[in-house]
Amino acid sequence: MATSPLFTHLDQIFILLCDWLVGFLPAALRPAAGVVLGVVAIVCLFPALFALTTVFERKGLGRIQNRLGPNRVGPFGLLQPIADGIKSLTKEDVVPLSANAAVHFLAPLVLVVAVFMGFAVLPMGRNMVLVDMDAGLLFFFAMGAATELSVFMAGWSSRNKYSLLGAMRAVAQMISYEVVLLLSSVAVVMISGSLSLPKIVDAQNTYTGIFPHWYIFTPWGLAGFVMYAIAATAETNRSPFDLPEGESELVAGYHTEYSGFKFALFFLGEYLAMFSISGLGTTLFLGGWSAPFSFLAFIPSWIWFFSKVMLSIFVFIWMRGTLPRLRQDQLMNFAWKFVLPFTLLNLFVTALWRFMGEGWLRWVVCSAILAAAYVLMGRIGMRSEHFGPRRYRYAE
Amino acid sequence: MSPIFYLLAALTIGGGLAAVLLKNLVHAALATTVAFAGLALLYLELDAQFAGFAQILVYIGAVAILIVFAILLTRGSDLPKDSVFSRTWAVGLVIAAAVFAVLAWAVLQSLRAVPQQMAVPAVTVHDIGNALVGRYVLPLEIVGLLLTAATVGAVIVAMHEKERPKP
Repeated sequence: MATSPLFTHLDQIFILLCDWLVGFLPAALRPAAGVVLGVVAIVCLFPALFALTTVFERKGLGRIQNRLGPNRVGPFGLLQPIADGIKSLTKEDVVPLSANAAVHFLAPLVLVVAVFMGFAVLPMGRNMVLVDMDAGLLFFFAMGAATELSVFMAGWSSRNKYSLLGAMRAVAQMISYEVVLLLSSVAVVMISGSLSLPKIVDAQNTYTGIFPHWYIFTPWGLAGFVMYAIAATAETNRSPFDLPEGESELVAGYHTEYSGFKFALFFLGEYLAMFSISGLGTTLFLGGWSAPFSFLAFIPSWIWFFSKVMLSIFVFIWMRGTLPRLRQDQLMNFAWKFVLPFTLLNLFVTALWRFMGEGWLRWVVCSAILAAAYVLMGRIGMRSEHFGPRRYRYAE
Repeated sequence: MSPIFYLLAALTIGGGLAAVLLKNLVHAALATTVAFAGLALLYLELDAQFAGFAQILVYIGAVAILIVFAILLTRGSDLPKDSVFSRTWAVGLVIAAAVFAVLAWAVLQSLRAVPQQMAVPAVTVHDIGNALVGRYVLPLEIVGLLLTAATVGAVIVAMHEKERPKP
């Protein structure tokens, strides 16, 4: 079906383009030039996507709040990010007098560099992965871990109580939810038997009739995906988990004392983290670059990857426009008393799924265990949690 | 020894030295992180992907955060009034030199004890995983149990008793 030369050319258009460009160089330089070209593509593409997403988000939030959103710069306000970019470039870069200048300067750089590294292992289409690493998933999480340090650096070096509080909150939240993020991904590794992201996509890229074998369409995959999505929202500090920068209580959290382009870098880092974590979720649970129905496989693979990522971004924006912010103790209770036990149980269910063999029985057993656990822990167990005013155990 | 090795060695040693010599505790902690990162890159340079990424994940992602949290929650980040060196620095120097000598001796001996292996064994992450949950599953479980016990113990030590309502 999808083997015509036109399809292959469209599907591999970026690979062919890269080969064509590299072909102008002497043979010795070609491998290095290919890598540099890939890096340049990533470094250009995702900030461009970030610029578009800011308009998209402001428009979307505007619609949710029954107003228009930006509509003055360019057609439909589409040139707004350029105006924003020029504004942040021309603003004065204010560094507080008592701030720790070196660390204050390094923090946004560390954040953006660490976030960009994650894109290196994401397969964005058939054969479109910068580094096909044996331990790609591990690499992704290792890079994600480095962002926590940059958040701390920003908060501490600003010498501002709001910044420090915001950073402490952010780090506590990111560490708590990173456990969940890792454990929900481990389920996928258990089934596919590989840490390499292209191999995980390949394992999902088969069809029964017209329906794909994405991991989200299995009981453990659905539970894992929901847990992953919750953890990803918390990890990227998005609403309803945006208390590190809750503007009504902490001004802007750890980037209170950043202005001009350094603030723009933080903003960029945050959105890039959203893209990369959505990309990873797409790869792990939503079949990566594979088409949702077998008869749609003629559409190039990279279109599918980016549509899925943008769909997740839309869900992020939708949640931001809909849900109120959690309180710190609710956040921690939710992470350690519900999400983490449920994810651990999901690992057990995944192992069961793996060893029960084919057949309908494993669908029934696995779904029953997960549904029972959800009702017991999430519905009945949480009923006994009283959601009254907070008692400050360590600050009385 | 490639030039990359020398660069990474310089990064690691520089980070370590800065961690010892800097006055500000948080700066010292961040310098330690640089040394950790240098070590991770050295592992990667040796083609040990798992060790390298685990080093980044555990040491930069968790241990460094733990260190800075410990500094912030205990003494704050005030600068010390006097020098960063304690008065017994000479003793420390002797101990450090002795440890270094023993390690160097052991490393140099191992070259003689183990005959030169021409082929470097290709160890993939897959092999390490199989070994961890296959042959070495018991030590792994024991370490896990020990860490869990330590965590529970730490919580019990840190948590103060709730005051009982007086009758």
